[in-house]
Amino acid sequence: MNETDQTGLSKFAGNVKGLANTFIGSVFRNGKPTSDKTRASAVFNNFFLHIQGVKTHINTLRPSYTLGLGLITFFLLVIVVASGVFLMVYYNPSVENAYQSVKNINQVVFAGKVSRNVHKWAGEGMIVFLFLHMARVFFTGSYKAGREFNWVVGIVLLVLTFALNLSGYLLPWDQLSYWALVIVANIMQSPKELTDSLGLTKYFDVGTYTGNLFLGGSIPTKESLNRVYLFHVMVLPMVIYVVVGLHFWRIRKDGGMTKPDLFNTKASDMGIMVQPKKSGGIFPTHKTYGLMELARGKTPAVDKDVENTVMSWPNLLIAELAVLMFTLAGTLIYSYYMDAPLKEFANPLIPENPAKAPWYFLGLQELLSYSAFMGGTGLPGLALLGLALIPYLDREQDNVGVWFTSKMGKRIALESMVISIIVIIAMLAFAVNFGWLRNWFPEIPQLVITFVNPGTIWVGFMMLWSLCTIRRTGSTRMGAMALFVMFLVSYLILTYFATDMRGPNWDFYWSKSQWPIH
Amino acid sequence: MKNETQDKEGGVSRRDFLALSAFATAILAGLGIMAGVFRFFKSDAKYEESRSFKIGKPENFPVGTATKLADKKIFVFSDDNGIFAISCVCTHLGCLVYETETGFQCPCHGSKFNMAGKVVGGPAPRGLPWFEITQDIDGSLVVDTAREVPAGTKNRYS
Repeated sequence: MNETDQTGLSKFAGNVKGLANTFIGSVFRNGKPTSDKTRASAVFNNFFLHIQGVKTHINTLRPSYTLGLGLITFFLLVIVVASGVFLMVYYNPSVENAYQSVKNINQVVFAGKVSRNVHKWAGEGMIVFLFLHMARVFFTGSYKAGREFNWVVGIVLLVLTFALNLSGYLLPWDQLSYWALVIVANIMQSPKELTDSLGLTKYFDVGTYTGNLFLGGSIPTKESLNRVYLFHVMVLPMVIYVVVGLHFWRIRKDGGMTKPDLFNTKASDMGIMVQPKKSGGIFPTHKTYGLMELARGKTPAVDKDVENTVMSWPNLLIAELAVLMFTLAGTLIYSYYMDAPLKEFANPLIPENPAKAPWYFLGLQELLSYSAFMGGTGLPGLALLGLALIPYLDREQDNVGVWFTSKMGKRIALESMVISIIVIIAMLAFAVNFGWLRNWFPEIPQLVITFVNPGTIWVGFMMLWSLCTIRRTGSTRMGAMALFVMFLVSYLILTYFATDMRGPNWDFYWSKSQWPIH
Repeated sequence: MKNETQDKEGGVSRRDFLALSAFATAILAGLGIMAGVFRFFKSDAKYEESRSFKIGKPENFPVGTATKLADKKIFVFSDDNGIFAISCVCTHLGCLVYETETGFQCPCHGSKFNMAGKVVGGPAPRGLPWFEITQDIDGSLVVDTAREVPAGTKNRYS
C-alpha cells in the first residue's frame, strides 16, 4: 500500500538520503567483515586484495620465516614510482638543462630535496632488499617444489632493478652521469675486446653496434640522454610492473609460500587459527575436482594442508600494513638525514680520479679492472645464468621450507663462507702486490688475459668448489648452497674492497685518508 | 583411394608444402622486421664534431714538444723523426689518460702505457691508437681520428 502511495519525488529523496550507503555498498559488495564468510569475501571480491588467498598459512605470517623482505622490496618499488613522478614534474632531460633542473629540485623546489632523496634511497634499497629476499628464498629452499620458474622471474627482476638504478644515475648529467655513460657504452662495446683478439671485428662488429645503440653515437650527447631517459621513465618501469605482476601471480599458482613439512603451531596461534571443518568450509576436504585441477594435476590448497591457517582478513593484511608503515618510515627517516649525491656538471675533458660507480656496481668495477669484457659482460652474464639455473640443477625436494635445509646445510654454508673469505682476500692481496700477467709477460696476447684473470679464476674456483661439495656430500642442494654463499660473500667483499681500498688510478690504499692530495 | 594432393613418391603433400611456405614466409618477415628494428636504433645523424680536424702549421710543433689537445682528445708529439698524434682515450673503458714520466696513465682502472702508447700494465686490451696526419693545401696539419696508423709512424712536414 505504502509503495503505491509514494510519489516519484519522495522515492528520489529516499535515494539521495541513502546515496552514501548505496554507493559504498556498490563498491564493496559484501557487508562488514564480521564472520569468517564475510571476511573471506572481503578479500576474494576485492580487486586489490584478491591476489591473496582468503586464508593464510600461519608459517607465512611468521616474521622469522619471510622477514617481510619481498614485500619490503615491493613497497620500495611503489615509493620509487610515486617519488619518481614528483621528480618528473621539474626534471628536464636535455644536456643544457638536466643538471640545472636537478639543482632546482635539490635547492628550490618545495620538498624537492627530500623527494629526490627518497627516490634515490628507495631505489638503492630495492637492490639491498632484493638480495636479502633472494637469500631468504634460497636458504629456505623456496625455489623448489614447483617454484622453479618463479625463481627465474626473480632473477629477471634483479636485472631490471639494476638497470633502473643504473639508468637513474645517468640522468642528472653530472660528472658521474657523463663518465658512467662513457664507461657503460665501452662495456657494451667490450665484445670488441674478444672479436679483436680473434680477428673477427671486420666481419662481425657487434661491440660497436651495441655501444652505438646505447649512446646513439660514439660519445655521450643529447641523443644518449634522450635514450636513457626513455628507458628509465617508460620502458623499464612498464616491463618491471608486468614482471612483478607475474612474480606475485606465480606465488599463488605455485602453491603459495613454502612451509616446512613438520610444522608446529605455537600456543599463541590458537586464538586466531581457523579449525578445518571435515565437511563444508571454504576448502572442503571432499572436493569435486574441476577440469582445471585435473588438467594441472595439483592445485594449491585444495584437499590438503587446510590445517594451521588463519583468515587473511585481518591477520595477513595487518602484517602487510605494518611492513608498509615500517618501510615508509624507514625510507623517510633515512632520506631526511642522507642526501643523494650530485657531483659537478659533466666535463667531457676531465674524468674523475678515481671514477667510481655507485656502491652496488663497485664489485663489478673491481672485476672490470682486470678485463673489460669479462668483468662487464662475461662474468656477470655467467653469474646470472648460474643463479637462474640453480633450481634446475638442484632438484632435491626434501626439507623445503627449512632454513639451510639441515644441520649439514648449516655446516656447508658456514664452511663455504669461511673458505670464500680466505680465498678471495688472498687473491685480491696477490693481485695488488704482484700485479697480473701483463706485468710479468709484457708481450702476452690479450685473449689470455681476457680468460685468465683474478675474476675468471675466482669464478672457476667457485664452480669447482661447488662440484667438490656435491661429490663430497652426495647432495646437489649442498653444492648449490656452497655456490650461493660464495656468490654473496664475493659480492660483499668485492664491493667493500672497491669502495674503501681503491683510490686514485685504481691503486690500492688501506683507507680513504691515505689518498694523495691533488 | 589416395588423396589427390598426395605426391605419388610419398614426398611433401601440396597442403604441407603450402603450410610450410606460409610458415617460412612468416619467419622471414619476422626476421626482416627485427632487422629493421635493430637498424632503427642505429642513429644516422650524429651530434658530434668531425673526426678529422686541422691542428695548425708544423711550426707550431717544434722538435721535442708534447702538446695535449684536450678538446680533441689527442696528444701531438714532435721529435727528431717527425710529428705524430696519439689518442688520449683509454682503450679499456674510454676514460682520458694523462701523461706521466714514463708514458700515460688512466685514472679509472689503472691502465698504464709507455711513451709509444703500448700497454705496460692494467686492463687495457690494446695500445693507444696512433692517428693519421696529413698536410692540407694551406700547410696546416690535419689529424683524422677515424684512421689509425701503425705505432711508430712519424713524418716530417715543412
